[in-house]
This record gives sequence, structure tokens and C-alpha cells, in this order.
Amino acid sequence: MGVTDTAQQAGTPLPPGADQDEILRRVTGELQDKGFVVANVDKLVNWARTGSLWPMTFGLACCAIEMMHAYVSRYDLDRFGVVPRPSPRQSDVIIVAGTLTNKMAPAFRKVYDQMAEPRYVISMGSCANGGGYYHYSYSVVRGCDRVVPVDVYVPGCPPTAEALVYGVLQLQKKIKRTGALFR
Amino acid sequence: MYEALLDLGSYIQDTLGQSVEDVEVRLNELSLRVARDDISKVLKFLRDDGNCQFTTLLDVCGVDYPEDEERFEVVYNLLSMTHNQRIRVKLRTDEDTPVDSAVPLFNAANWWEREVWDMFGIGFAGHPDLRRILTDYGFEGHPLRKDFPLTGYVELRYDDEQKRVVYEPVKLTQEFRTFDFLSPWEGVQRVLPGDEKAEGEPEEEKAS
Repeated sequence: MGVTDTAQQAGTPLPPGADQDEILRRVTGELQDKGFVVANVDKLVNWARTGSLWPMTFGLACCAIEMMHAYVSRYDLDRFGVVPRPSPRQSDVIIVAGTLTNKMAPAFRKVYDQMAEPRYVISMGSCANGGGYYHYSYSVVRGCDRVVPVDVYVPGCPPTAEALVYGVLQLQKKIKRTGALFR
Repeated sequence: MYEALLDLGSYIQDTLGQSVEDVEVRLNELSLRVARDDISKVLKFLRDDGNCQFTTLLDVCGVDYPEDEERFEVVYNLLSMTHNQRIRVKLRTDEDTPVDSAVPLFNAANWWEREVWDMFGIGFAGHPDLRRILTDYGFEGHPLRKDFPLTGYVELRYDDEQKRVVYEPVKLTQEFRTFDFLSPWEGVQRVLPGDEKAEGEPEEEKAS
């Protein structure tokens, strides 16, 4: 009798209530009886990955300010397990916040290549999505998806901090849905 | 205020003589127009003279007037902290003639002149390190010239086979559109049909 044979959709958490209490009682009951619980490894790993997504903050321009707003107390991202890391080697997601220029593009690609798999990209703001305000300029890459594969696009100029938090949550849902242990 | 600036301008013009071609006071701002070969002498005088003491160089910028013979204008903005006075010095040059660098007089001019070189292509003789500062490393062209197109000639993307970024000719999915926000009429040219006959000949249509 494992935890996964509940009627609930896989991946979505139950709200507090009688159903949640029932599951918790069953799990603790199992732990007391047998000493272990059987769960699906993939789902466990996805849950762990989404629970501590460490972004490498790539604040290039004005969107960086809104990203800072998402990190500090009002829309605290730390409560989602999201702590910013300065190095690509220690991060699993990169938030491209701002305009990507031609000069910056090779450096950005190098930073992306230095991240370890599984890695994700959140493109924040209209400049990173598709060139944005500077779309017709001679020195702007029209969207960071010309350089890296992007998972979540957060629209806005700049996106509100709340929108960025929503984007991070969407990425969590995407990882839970499509994440895999072995490729 | 106007008189004070005009007095200062005339004093500079009297002392420097032929170098200063014109003094202009407009909107409470004093500008001098200077011959290109005398710029060092003028800047040195402005920096050292007791009445002027313009020891701070705020900005060196370029302007492009494509219809003129000497198409570029270099503008120096100076500030005198002791007299609380600002002054603008302009000179005209064309594409191939370098201007004497202001770096021996004002150290601040170093990066400003690099920016003018990068954006316009105006050379500065005597600059210790005249290279690009804002544009991309292999960029060809001088972007702020009027004949340089807004979107440039090349754009960039990452190529998976070559494992590096590559430059390709620009392909825009939607061209740049200019809008006339001040006019209440959408999409209508300035010349209404019928006006050509009234004017005697069809006017050139402005960008619509």
C-alpha cells in the first residue's frame, strides 16, 4: 500500500483537509508498521528538484531590478527554496533578466554551457523574450532563445515581481510534468 | 544672465582672435564655434585662464550633418566649478581629417573620444589608445552616422553545429514602422489628393 495509489492527479499537492489528513495518517502508519514507504523515484526526484531550484541570476538590465524585488521580503522567493547563486556551476536554472546584446551573447552561451544538467532557462522581460524595446537595434539579439533553449517566458516590461514568481512556479510545474531521472 | 554670458563670450573671442569663429548665447547657454586646428589652444586657454577656469570636461560628443561638406561636429561641454559657469565648444570636421585629442589637457576626454571614434569614425590625433568602446568586438561600421541603418547589417544567433555564435545578414520578420503620433489622421499622406494641383507641383510626401 504505497502513497501513490491515491485518486489524486500525480504531482499536484492536496489542500489541507480530510483527504490530506488521511494520507498523512496512512504514511505515518506505514512508517510505524514496516519502517519504510515506497514511492516513485522519478516523482520524488522531481519534487526535490522543484523544491530547491537555485537560479544563476543573469541580471543584464532593468529587469534585474524586478528580479531583486522578487527575491526580497514582499514576494520572497526564498520560501520556494529559490536562493540565487552567483556561479553557473552551482545553479540549475538561469533567469535571463534584461536585454541580451551581441557583445554579451558569446559570454552568455559560455555561462549556459557551464551549468550542469538538468538545467532550465527562464527568459524574463520582453527584451529577453524577443528583443523587446530594442528589437530593431543593430546590436541586440532578438530574443535569448536565439542563443539558448528557453523553458519559460515571462512577459512584461518589466514583468512585475509577482509575474516572475508565477513564472518560477510554472517552471516547477513543468519540471514535475516533464522531468526525468535518466535522459 | 544673457549679458554676463555674452561678455564672457566676447572676452574669449577678443583674447583668442581668429580661432573662435562664432559666439552664440541661446536659451541661457553659451556656445563657441572654433576652427578645427586651434582646438587645443582654445581648450587650454579655457582651462587655464583666470576668468574662465573651465577645469572640468563634462562631455565630448559628435553630431552628423550628412548634407554638409564637413559633416561631423564635435562638441565639448566644459564646466567651471569656481565660476559656476558652463560653456560649449563646437568644431566641424569631415570624415578623413582627425581632430587634435583633448587627452593631454583633460584626462576625462579619453573614453569620450573613444566613444566618438566608435560611433562616428572621427579620428583623434594624439589619443593614447583609440579603439572601440561600445560596439561589439568585430563590429564594422560606425552606428550613429546618419547613413548607418537602424537595424544594422548583421545579426547574431547561436549555431549548434559550429558550437559558437555566428553572424548572419539581418532578416526581420516585421520591418520597422514609424508612426506619426501627432497627427489625428491614420495612414494618410501629408499631401491630400488635389493639393498637388493647387500647389503647382506635387510635394514630396513626408514619411508616413
